[in-house]
Amino acid sequence: MKFDQPATLNPIDRARVVGKPVDRIDGPLKVAGAAPYAYERHDVAPNPAYGWMIGSAIAKGTINSIDTTEAEAAPGVLAVLTHANAGALGKGNMNTARLLGGPDIQHYDQAVALVVAETFEQARDAAKLVRVDYTQGQGKFDLLVGVKTAQPPKSVQGSPADTSVGDFDGAFKSAAVKVDQTYTTPDQSHAMMEPHATTAAWAGDKLTVWTSNQMVTWAVKEMAKTLKIAPENVQVVSPYIGGGFGSKLFLRADALLAALGARAVGRPVKVALARPQIPNNTTHRPATIQRLRIGATKDGVIQAIGHDVWAGDLPGGDVESAGLQTRLLYAGKNRKTTHRLAELDLPEGNAMRAPGEAVGLLALEVAMDELAEACGVDPVELRIKNDIQYDPEAGPKRPFSSRKLIECLQQGAERFGWSKRNPKPGQVREGDFLIGMGVAAAFRNNMAMPSGARVAIDGKGRITVSTDMTDIGTGTYTIIAQTAAELLGVNVSDVTVKLGDSSFPASAGSGGQWGANSSTAGVYATCMTLRGMLAQKAGFNAEDALFEDGMIKAAGKAIPLRDAVGREGISVDDKIEFGDLTERYAQATFGAHFCEVAVDRFTGEVHVRRMGGAFAAGRILNPKTARSQVIGAMTMGVGAALMEELVVDKRFGYFVNHDMAEYHVPVHADIPEQDVLFLDELDDKSSPMKAKGVGELGICGAGAAVANAIYNATGVRLRDYPMTLDKVIGGLAKA
Amino acid sequence: MKAFTYERAASPAKAAEAAVANPGAKFIAGGTNLLDLMKLQIETPTHLIDVNRLGLDEIAATRDGGLRIGALVRNTDLAAHKAVRRDYGVLSRALLSGASGQLRNKATTAGNLLQRTRCPYFYDTTKPCNKRKPGTGCAALNGFNRNMAIMGTSADCIATHPSDMAVAMRLLDATVETITSDGTKRAIPMADFHRLPGNTPDIETALAPGEFITSVVLPKPLGGTHIYRKVRDRTSYAFAVLSVAAVFDKQGETRFAFGGLAHKPWRVEAADALGSRGAAAVAEAALAGAKTTEQNAFKIDLTQRTLAAVFAQKEA
Ligand SMILES: Cc1cc2nc3c(=O)[nH]c(=O)nc-3n(C[C@H](O)[C@H](O)[C@H](O)COP(=O)(O)OP(=O)(O)OC[C@H]3O[C@@H](n4cnc5c(N)ncnc54)[C@H](O)[C@@H]3O)c2cc1C
Ligand code: SF4
Repeated sequence: MKFDQPATLNPIDRARVVGKPVDRIDGPLKVAGAAPYAYERHDVAPNPAYGWMIGSAIAKGTINSIDTTEAEAAPGVLAVLTHANAGALGKGNMNTARLLGGPDIQHYDQAVALVVAETFEQARDAAKLVRVDYTQGQGKFDLLVGVKTAQPPKSVQGSPADTSVGDFDGAFKSAAVKVDQTYTTPDQSHAMMEPHATTAAWAGDKLTVWTSNQMVTWAVKEMAKTLKIAPENVQVVSPYIGGGFGSKLFLRADALLAALGARAVGRPVKVALARPQIPNNTTHRPATIQRLRIGATKDGVIQAIGHDVWAGDLPGGDVESAGLQTRLLYAGKNRKTTHRLAELDLPEGNAMRAPGEAVGLLALEVAMDELAEACGVDPVELRIKNDIQYDPEAGPKRPFSSRKLIECLQQGAERFGWSKRNPKPGQVREGDFLIGMGVAAAFRNNMAMPSGARVAIDGKGRITVSTDMTDIGTGTYTIIAQTAAELLGVNVSDVTVKLGDSSFPASAGSGGQWGANSSTAGVYATCMTLRGMLAQKAGFNAEDALFEDGMIKAAGKAIPLRDAVGREGISVDDKIEFGDLTERYAQATFGAHFCEVAVDRFTGEVHVRRMGGAFAAGRILNPKTARSQVIGAMTMGVGAALMEELVVDKRFGYFVNHDMAEYHVPVHADIPEQDVLFLDELDDKSSPMKAKGVGELGICGAGAAVANAIYNATGVRLRDYPMTLDKVIGGLAKA
Repeated sequence: MKAFTYERAASPAKAAEAAVANPGAKFIAGGTNLLDLMKLQIETPTHLIDVNRLGLDEIAATRDGGLRIGALVRNTDLAAHKAVRRDYGVLSRALLSGASGQLRNKATTAGNLLQRTRCPYFYDTTKPCNKRKPGTGCAALNGFNRNMAIMGTSADCIATHPSDMAVAMRLLDATVETITSDGTKRAIPMADFHRLPGNTPDIETALAPGEFITSVVLPKPLGGTHIYRKVRDRTSYAFAVLSVAAVFDKQGETRFAFGGLAHKPWRVEAADALGSRGAAAVAEAALAGAKTTEQNAFKIDLTQRTLAAVFAQKEA
């Protein structure tokens, strides 16, 4: 099905199952420990050997030699693989650095060897006996130095590095009120629960990898390219994933090394990265420096808005697209955005938890708070004042498909009790706590990707949906079952969903919050084809047929599905493809975050006391799983605001605090009540599901609301994330 | 982790004996610190002596009104013990502010005292660290040192001791009781138990090789108000950026000990005497001779602020 015209009334609108808070259908498997994860596939890959990755001890330079003799002689060791004996390898298109390094080293902890042994402990132990002799090179590790020679990247997520409309410089200069501030965000790590892990096995020249990967189709292509084998010879299986947040979008070292190891020892090999290896071996979100300039009239109408972004990455890498939302979020006739990319030899920067907007809004939405104060306008009101219903760069010819930012701000403010906020900072005290409230807009682009599915009904009327779509903890199993149940008129319990296997039809995969809308649209397309076939079999006109109660009904007759399909059942593959509606209409998701903090007036410790968010993201396919997505994302927003930072050691060129004891993410005690409101919205331009993405929307702006609340509580304006207590006390009055 | 042999000790003296007989040996108690370090090959014992079943998990009253805490008493049990909660509130609070529930269930009294620093370079075997590998240099000195010590540091090491419990033990003037392979017993005051780094940061305590901790003794209760204030970068499950343990007794006597400032729980007698003069005076005395880096200079201000919080809490 090609989706190139806005949807009209369609069977999803019955909303009998879709839109209901159905419990996760994979929940019982997970809590019982029965859902098999990549490192535990003894059921399908018996008698595996264990691989342990060795990472480079230097950040830049070359390997002179690797002495593996001692390791090879260690108990249980089956093989030691390095660049010297792994065979010729290609490089995938999506990883910047090679997944097996040597002789050139591109970053610290880049894989340089894999030790394969009978047991995990033997492999890890023998790894210490591998002697790698390096010549250290001169690396570039300091973003502040790198910005001096930073260049415009070729593109920023497919759009130009720079945009400009009207006369920004002139309008900014002559604006009555100006904000001109620079904000910084640090390198951050995904910190998902399940580490990168793969079990690999070969049968002849056919490779199967059971892995933890968000994008099965990409993984097949990239693995084939890296191993220089045909994609037909690669099967990727990734049915359960313990979180990814972008870290598992791409083929990574665990998968490649497991494949190489299994080939070398002629039996299944499994490789999991140890937690302390993850931050430096894999990808991370790059640090940014962002300058925001906003010029407005005295009463807060934006005249000029400019956002300049600097970030670093390895040569050939990408820039963090932190300026993108500023192209779309607020009105203003004169505007400009720029992105500059500095070459750094730190580990690879790449997508993490709403790349672009998550950190872009940390800057933009604090700048808006500063503007509100400078104009004396309420921050909610300021955002409403500068709302715009079309793409402000393209003009009225490109309206938003739907945009309920104002409603989110108003309803969110109402629920949160925003009117109780004292606009003057540092005024509210409860005991030894300084209390403040903050607001920020939420914005995340809506992307749509082609997505396929197979839907089968067996002779008993049981429905099976299979697609290589993944469930990264988001609830995909459940919403796909709901979609099929809705369209075929059955209960969720009548549907089996099989995911994450490259032998199934190719899907959108999970990333960029496009997964839910795109993959259910693919299931929609396939179910609609199936409905046509079933109606025909039943002798009905497809348009007249009603699917409900496990039956096809038309012309006063009702035929059970199982009778219509016959004993042998029926199966159909189809897919959704998207036309140019995303070009004709700006498509995005919106929301408003509210936060109340209590700051210890002595120690500067910040406690988030309440969070509230109102979101408009098209049809909410399952309010329960969607809410879980959003509160998880809000939690990540707290992390970004208060604690998450990979600390760069600029001498050695690596992230120093590379384990979960020292890289802090919020714990339960950091997260208070989180209230989530979804506004009723159907977006007929996004897909036949009329849904949009929602998972990443929740992080976008959340951290800025925390930052603005800290300012309201204390009068201390911080622009350097994370806002740790040492920075807070730097601005507090003497205790 | 290197392959190792394992034995279960039959008695405290036998444990000490076994440690001397196997020079590469280590005692294993809860294992929550030792095993992590072994996995990274920061500790590479060739022999483990399991000391978990020696009956050292009792808490008993001493004749002079104090408490004798067996070396293997779990942090959870110690924190929850009735007499500890009643008479040594600062210790109970310090314990409960540390680690997580699961870790405290395993962690032991002796193991907690002997846990090693969380300096990130100590954990990276590719980096110089005098504590891990004497003579290689100190990567933290000019590296990431926001969390490092400002008191009693040396040019060879600026690491902190990470324990919360030890700070309270120091405040209470506990003594550590030990036994050696020849059966000799001794009692080491907490003040002398942990060492400053000097030029041997690898030697962290007064214990001789193979010396085994049997118990920790608390003197009779001080009474008064007990406060443990831990400042950290997230609300739970984080080591202290800084902590203050304080007792304000009924006679107006005060004492203060600090975590996160030094290679050992930090206590300065001159500061104890200044309780009546308020937070600033105590901080000034406690921090005399402080040596900060650009990243950890905030600890000076934070110490005073945390003391102010402690004084405010005492009034409340
Ligand atoms: C993630 C994490 C967070 C943590 N957070 C905190 C925190 O916030 N605050 C805090 O204070 N602590 C914290 N800890 C540390 C924790 O308190 C220690 O790991 C624990 O107390 C160690 O006790 P154990 O019995 O497990 O020691 P083990 O690991 O068994 O032993 C530690 C050392 O003590 C030696 N040893 C043990 N018993 C004896 C004995 N009887 N005589 C002589 N030597 C002995 C061992 O040989 C070893 O060298 C944390 C730990 C982790 C892993
Ligand atoms: S501070 Fe001490 S533990 Fe840390 S690197 Fe220096 S010597 Fe090692």
